[in-house]
Amino acid sequence: MTNHYIDFKNSDVILIMGSNPASNHPISFKWITRAMEKGAKLLCVDPRFTQSAAKSHVYAPLRSGTDIAFLGGMIKYIIDNNLIHADYVKAYTNASFLVNPAFRLPGDNKGVFSGFGDGKYDKATWSYQTDASGVIKKDPTLRDPHCVYQLLKKHYSRYTPEMVNRITGTPKDKLLEVYKIYASTGKPDKAGNVLYAMGWTQHTVGVQNIRTMCIIQLLLGNIGIAGGGVQALRGEGNVQGSTDAGLLFHIWPGYIGTPTASMKTLKEFNEKRTPTTKEPNSLNWWKNTPKYIASFLRSMYGMNATLEEAYDYMPKIEDGANHSWLMLFDQMYKGKFTGFFAWGMNPACSGAHSNKVRKAMAKLDWMVNVNLFDNETGSFWRGPGMDPAKIKTEVFMLPCAASIEKEGSITNSGRWMQWRYKAVNPPGAALPDADIMTELLYRIQDLYRKHGGPVKEAVTKLTWDYGFKGADGRIHHFDPHAAAKEMNGYFLVDKTIEDPVTKQKREFKKGDLVPSFAYLQDDGSTSSLCWVYSGCYTAAGNMAARRGQKDPTGLGLYSEWSWSWPVNRRIIYNGASVDPTGKPWNPKRAPIWWTGKWNGDVPDGVGDPGSGRPPFIMKPDGYGCLYGPGLSDGPFPEHYEPLECPVEKNLLSPQKHNPVVKRFDKPGIGSDIDAYASVGSCDPRFPFICSTYRVSEHWQTGVLTRWCPWLAEMQPGMFVEMSVELAKEKGIANGEQVVVKSARGEVEATAIVTPRFKPFNIDGNTVHEIGIPWHFGWITTENRPYNPGDKKAEVFTFGDAANLLTPTIGDANTMIPESKAFMANVVKKGVK
Amino acid sequence: MEVTRRGFLKISGFALASSGLGISLKPVSAYAQPLKIKYAKETTTICPYCSVGCSIIVSARNGKVVNTEGDPGSPISRGSLCTKGGSIYQMSVNKNRLDKPLYRAPNSAEWKEVSWDWALDKIAENVKKSRDKSFRARNGKGETVNRTEGIASVGSAALDNEECQVYQKFLRGLGLVYIEHQARI
Repeated sequence: MTNHYIDFKNSDVILIMGSNPASNHPISFKWITRAMEKGAKLLCVDPRFTQSAAKSHVYAPLRSGTDIAFLGGMIKYIIDNNLIHADYVKAYTNASFLVNPAFRLPGDNKGVFSGFGDGKYDKATWSYQTDASGVIKKDPTLRDPHCVYQLLKKHYSRYTPEMVNRITGTPKDKLLEVYKIYASTGKPDKAGNVLYAMGWTQHTVGVQNIRTMCIIQLLLGNIGIAGGGVQALRGEGNVQGSTDAGLLFHIWPGYIGTPTASMKTLKEFNEKRTPTTKEPNSLNWWKNTPKYIASFLRSMYGMNATLEEAYDYMPKIEDGANHSWLMLFDQMYKGKFTGFFAWGMNPACSGAHSNKVRKAMAKLDWMVNVNLFDNETGSFWRGPGMDPAKIKTEVFMLPCAASIEKEGSITNSGRWMQWRYKAVNPPGAALPDADIMTELLYRIQDLYRKHGGPVKEAVTKLTWDYGFKGADGRIHHFDPHAAAKEMNGYFLVDKTIEDPVTKQKREFKKGDLVPSFAYLQDDGSTSSLCWVYSGCYTAAGNMAARRGQKDPTGLGLYSEWSWSWPVNRRIIYNGASVDPTGKPWNPKRAPIWWTGKWNGDVPDGVGDPGSGRPPFIMKPDGYGCLYGPGLSDGPFPEHYEPLECPVEKNLLSPQKHNPVVKRFDKPGIGSDIDAYASVGSCDPRFPFICSTYRVSEHWQTGVLTRWCPWLAEMQPGMFVEMSVELAKEKGIANGEQVVVKSARGEVEATAIVTPRFKPFNIDGNTVHEIGIPWHFGWITTENRPYNPGDKKAEVFTFGDAANLLTPTIGDANTMIPESKAFMANVVKKGVK
Repeated sequence: MEVTRRGFLKISGFALASSGLGISLKPVSAYAQPLKIKYAKETTTICPYCSVGCSIIVSARNGKVVNTEGDPGSPISRGSLCTKGGSIYQMSVNKNRLDKPLYRAPNSAEWKEVSWDWALDKIAENVKKSRDKSFRARNGKGETVNRTEGIASVGSAALDNEECQVYQKFLRGLGLVYIEHQARI
């Protein structure tokens, strides 16, 4: 999130699209309601009439997978009616940048941007025009036909309300009503906010869905202001923190790209990962990257290795390699791994194409599964269709502590790092996760010390200073405070530096915690596991544990409650909430203001008023990107159909699907069981769009909540929602048992026949959509084999995973699976 | 008028008793139940489910959770909880929690209870065997890559920050490159 949950109350218009906070983030609705009490309008755009829709002033249905068409139409509406926040757009976005004249838009180029060939883009023509010294050429009047603003206008001129209606199925009057209300926030004293979740990410155009909204927010001057921004309502308590921690193949902690094989030395790595700019006024914050890299390497190996040695030890991926989720399970299915950790995860139900995931695990020699309850992953070898006698995989299921049985912090979607305390011990022999990691690491290190092995120093030299050490030099209980301090960072040697804030000389002693990341060094004198958390645990103490109640601005920043990254800033990009002379666009809801110094929130990106510094300091050039040439599938979002879709062609262009997605049904990648339906042409076996979603009572795969009888009682099993019209067509009655099928598998479900779904009119054709929750799994069902001593749910649930149906296909940039729009059928149980 | 919890019980008892219901509610006004959190130790926690970050007060007595409720001190949630947050009690007080390490041998049809020492020793040996077998120090071009290609990991957004950070350290220290978790799905 750019902003945070309480800040929703400062919005004048809130658009719920790609999320359903009333069901899935219920307490966030407190702040939506607060905004509405003050007169805010609530808009909800969703294929289904959700609980959030029921609370909205305007509900507009749209067909799953057509968000870019919907929002592209809004961009056209805003531009055509001159509703942009013009001063903001001119001062803070790249609207004025001149693009390479050779650049072509999809409307002039058969549905693809210039440079397309062989399944990917050569981005040479997406570049900017520069002067002799390399500075980007700009046209402040925004009239040059090659300037970003004119290109944007031209690109979305094709997204007429008529065209959008034919693609999305949204009635034209609803479309225009949403556009009109949302576009009203382009006035400097109005704030528009958008709340999204997996409804936007789980598409082959997921990143571009979000980009389209970012463009709208920039055009309306809604980024950086109170009540504005772009909010990802994330699905797990600490998925923000786990992402920050670099538990992904492509990033180290703090969003530093992992090294690739061609980056042979630390120096080369620093050069490749540190952006540069010729823009004279840009701060280009990422110029500090080498400090964060050096501090991270120190956090891995301390003084046991030089920085260069530490870099050498770190694993490097091949240039261009992709090891993301779908690729990982594809490799596992092909028998490429002998070992696997599923730590606090249940991929047998959460992974797209779960049948493939479950079969893949049978190819392993060993698997370690750490969890609170028995689950479909740890017990995959005795799941439906499995013959344990034929499965060689050795499985270790390790019991761990729940959140109230250990101490530590988690980070919410608003980036607030909040501390949790231990209430009781874990049951029986269960241990806190980090104690399990510690014990395991020590044993592995011992084996390498004793028996040697390839580059054994990478293992044996790892530091592990997380707590009080016994006479054996080892910790016997993981201390989360020590780890939080290492995230914050500290000096490894006595050092005198120029204080980046006061510009005075300042002495630090070995072991002193750094006050913030501005103090981290590139010479190896500081250690910090994750630079964005610098400031979380300082000489002033554990900032995440703070419970201060002050709110002097009345905006709900609560700067003394917990701690938010970065540097306790509550609204990111707040430098864009003031005009170039430093005056708030909206003095009544100003997150920062100038009185000879900045007041309010921790200022972001601004120099002194009038300094001319563009406020988007995490971008090398400093400007918000209406035009985003960094993505793999185009600098502007363009509507493409989901890979599996109910239409014969893309009405906007001859290019039906996102042209750069990685298809798993092509030779070389994918496997024999990666089937798709309705890709080239509609497949009558799977005539309905299917989407997945959540209910309030369950979490994720239900791996925890299905074992809690109160919750299992309230939501006991798999269901499928369908329209009254579709049920009539299929002869299905409310409450009947049905089977939902896709090209990958099938699940049993109870039919819920409801007016919450309505058939869509897509370009004159009736198109049905159905929806299923993804919280269920076989382990908590009654009618499965039980061994003596097996755990048995107090309240059984019914049905297996929705992901048995979803396809192995991902977003072109992130590879997040397209679980929100695929093709399926639904039939009465027992009917072929 | 400030009304304490106990006082509220008395008032409502009185109001009901005088409302002509025809049943005696005298005991209610006479004996307010002792609070179930009496003598309990209170700690605060943050809900582990969605990403809103609601605060919860956990009351424990004799090492056992006796109550969980919304924490009015949190500016985010101000004491409110949803169905999931309101059920945290059952995450701890739950006879189905895994409480011993379990092991399933190759081709076996059942779990076997094992000790931590036995399980961790065996996992450590497995890790070393897999790493040593699949470790690649250099790629085809002779570039240093120092990676373990034969082990993968998924997890976890369900861990604390401090655990996530040291888990990535553990994994990258072992040379893993197939590192993924919930954020990707």
